[in-house]
Amino acid sequence: MITDFLFYLFAGGATLGGLLMVTRRNPVSAVMFLIATLFCASGMFVLLGAHYVAAINVILYAGAIMVLFLFVIMLLNLGHADWRDLRTPFGGLVGGAVAVAFLGLLARDLIGDVAPLAGSGRGAVMSVTAVEQGPIEAIARPLFQEYVVVLEATGLLLLVAIVGTIFLARRRSA
Amino acid sequence: MSPTLAALGTTDLIALLTSATLFSIGIMGVLLRRNAIIVFMCVELMLTAVNITLVTFSRVHGVEGQVLVFFVMAVAAAEAAVGLAIIIAIFRHYQVVDLDRFRVLRW
Repeated sequence: MITDFLFYLFAGGATLGGLLMVTRRNPVSAVMFLIATLFCASGMFVLLGAHYVAAINVILYAGAIMVLFLFVIMLLNLGHADWRDLRTPFGGLVGGAVAVAFLGLLARDLIGDVAPLAGSGRGAVMSVTAVEQGPIEAIARPLFQEYVVVLEATGLLLLVAIVGTIFLARRRSA
Repeated sequence: MSPTLAALGTTDLIALLTSATLFSIGIMGVLLRRNAIIVFMCVELMLTAVNITLVTFSRVHGVEGQVLVFFVMAVAAAEAAVGLAIIIAIFRHYQVVDLDRFRVLRW
């Protein structure tokens, strides 16, 4: 019961943080609210039984990527909000339509057929695997067996990203 | 209700709803904001929303969803690094990060 309450708390916090992030005018406050959203998402991951994902979400996203964003904001001195940065209403119209369609699809899938919200089947597969192998081994085993080619491709992608970043951010001394 | 959704519990449905809401907020941000940094952060928010969906469905369909989250995060890291480098390069040229000012592909 307390975990359910915590889960709703984290879900509401994530949504609220996302809303505040989009509406902030100052990029630094937007980064802070995005970090709050990511922490709430990590709480949801823990309560959903994905402990490893929660850990790398905090370490990689909130710890590394968000610091990179803050670093760029400081480097370019963008920590002020003196210009209007809303686009034309057309973008809002498209965005609103996409949001309504998206939520409508989910609602149709949920309400379309009147079935009780089954609580019995939840977490069946996941908990069995996690109990047998532990939360990290359950992920590491498929990662290094079935998905090893994808893993190597990801390594190549990161290498390309590093080279590209160095090339792009290099100061052209011509 | 589809069979997959019927196998989920109430908290999982709340997670899916949160994910859809966050994704929609991210879309609104990408389409509405002009500040390139905030647009990038909205893309990250959409990726997080997708991660929440993957983790939720991994409870029914097995642990592969969490493996996919790992790859999504790696791609997000690469995308953030390259994107911020592009923003820095553009800022050096235009002195702003206003997306409406970027009209030409090459200069």
